[in-house]
Amino acid sequence: MKITQGTFSFLPDLTDAEIGMQINYALKQGWAIGVEYTDDPHPRNFYWEMWGNPMFDLRDAAGVMVEVLACRKAHSKLYVRVNAFDSTLGFESTRLSFIVNRPKDEPGFLLRRTEVSGRQIQYTTESYATRAPEGRRYE
Amino acid sequence: MVKPADRYKSGVMPYAKMGYWDADYVPKDTDVIACFRITPQDGVDPIEAAAAVAGESSTATWTVVWTDRLTACDHYRAKAYRVDPVPGIPGQYFSYIAYELDLFEEDSIANLTASIIGNVFGFKPLKALRLEDMRIPVAYLKTFQGPATGIVVERERLDKFGRPLLGATTKPKLGLSGKNYGRVVYEALKGGLDFVKDDENINSQPFMGWRDRFLYCMEAVNKASAATGEIKGHYLNVTAGTVENMYERAEFAKQLGSCIIMIDLVIGYSSIQSMAKWARKNDMILHLHRAGHGTYTRQKSHGVSFRVIAKWMRMAGVDHIHAGTVVGKLEGDPNVIKGIYSVCRDSFTKKNLEQGIFFDQDWAGLRKMMPVASGGIHAGQMHQLIEYLGEDVVLQFGGGTIGHPMGIQAGATANRVALETMVKARNEGKDIWNEGPQILADAAKWCAPLRAALDTWKDVTFNYESTDTADFVPTATPA
Repeated sequence: MKITQGTFSFLPDLTDAEIGMQINYALKQGWAIGVEYTDDPHPRNFYWEMWGNPMFDLRDAAGVMVEVLACRKAHSKLYVRVNAFDSTLGFESTRLSFIVNRPKDEPGFLLRRTEVSGRQIQYTTESYATRAPEGRRYE
Repeated sequence: MVKPADRYKSGVMPYAKMGYWDADYVPKDTDVIACFRITPQDGVDPIEAAAAVAGESSTATWTVVWTDRLTACDHYRAKAYRVDPVPGIPGQYFSYIAYELDLFEEDSIANLTASIIGNVFGFKPLKALRLEDMRIPVAYLKTFQGPATGIVVERERLDKFGRPLLGATTKPKLGLSGKNYGRVVYEALKGGLDFVKDDENINSQPFMGWRDRFLYCMEAVNKASAATGEIKGHYLNVTAGTVENMYERAEFAKQLGSCIIMIDLVIGYSSIQSMAKWARKNDMILHLHRAGHGTYTRQKSHGVSFRVIAKWMRMAGVDHIHAGTVVGKLEGDPNVIKGIYSVCRDSFTKKNLEQGIFFDQDWAGLRKMMPVASGGIHAGQMHQLIEYLGEDVVLQFGGGTIGHPMGIQAGATANRVALETMVKARNEGKDIWNEGPQILADAAKWCAPLRAALDTWKDVTFNYESTDTADFVPTATPA
């Protein structure tokens, strides 16, 4: 399967040049870029690991790209995403977030159904990848 | 200066003379201000008509009453203070009326509207009356909860950023069994939509009871979520004959883990406020379908403009509101729709007569409402939709998803690919307004579902004159 989180997951993987253009757009809006990675893409895993703090003072797309590539190199088997943070009053949140690296094989999720009272079912989603201990996923 | 003894002599007196007209009145920051379009009966002076509207929507009755003298009646009288002819439409006038804050109960749309659109709309000396816009003072806004969730929190909960959200309404609207209904939901969500939606008139009918629908829909939502790794939702319509029944349905939706529920505008303002409070308390997104609004918002001469309804709904506390598409099958002049979207999404809405916005409106930190564009839109219009409606909007392609020649999943995929392609192109600095069709055609080369969607609906447009348009046109400023 292919996890379709992020702004551009239905498109072919973005090339480095295309990633650069999105970063450039975000910087032009005044947003700060942060890079994050994870070995657990559960839809409600909101806190991926940060590749350093958001780069508030780095306003140059090429410079940001260096960090994106470095993170991707260090975590080539994991999910890596680029986030853009907007500090404008009334937003103060993520404004753009797209995946720039993903494992070759994405095992996806188990949907666990627990039958409770009546016809009700309680659903739990579990990342297959997390069945292996941290550091040994996607090997 | 009229002597009190003369002023309060029994009998009839023009409203303007009773104190409901004051050309020198300067509205206070705490006043509620309304702008009405009035069409007086032939021979009725517009100022007297405006004063009558002020009177009938505040303290007056048709004749003088001595009991006014027991009160601080000047304080409570609404004051018409300005009357302008409507440009280009003889016989119609914009009248501005200021209402003292003490006239209104806190946190009650019902109370606000009982005055402003109460008796006055049937008043005989007027041929027609329309509430065009209102300025709600910060002092009053602060007594309202506002959207239960709001755009920012909704996006964070869904973990979806940088693009409009995508939805569809299950079709046919009526008649599907619960199990078949859930099939449509699953296919559309797995294919790439973020939300599927119950229609306004799906409640609990012989062909499908509400519990059945909720159970199958949540199976569809969870299955699609696991299949895609994305958070998905289905607007479960909890509209019912009593608020108690709505609470029961909402509780069940929550038990099943739904992230969103839905209500119809026809349940009434107080029910809406109740459901909004419930939604805030239970971490639920609250979708409002504006069923019924066309009966009073569409005609320019009489009724209530939708921008006012949108303001009231933001105060009442809904998170989603259907607000027009411009290009689809339902009423929507581009300028008027822009104005309504501003009311939903701004932190501060600036006066803009071309968009039908008559007042500056400070939203006082009230959360933002997500506008929903639904009704006769398809993937081929993606560039226009993004250009007109922006990013914080739910684009709902019902027929455009479910009617796709390759199936529902393909229909959803076509819409999602068209959307992501267009956002990416816009961010890259492309002129999507002009290059849009080419950008879509290029994406269709590698995406067969998009190709099929473009071929199927390429000639579908709804080019009819809008009835609800702004009365002011841009004028060139002299250099």
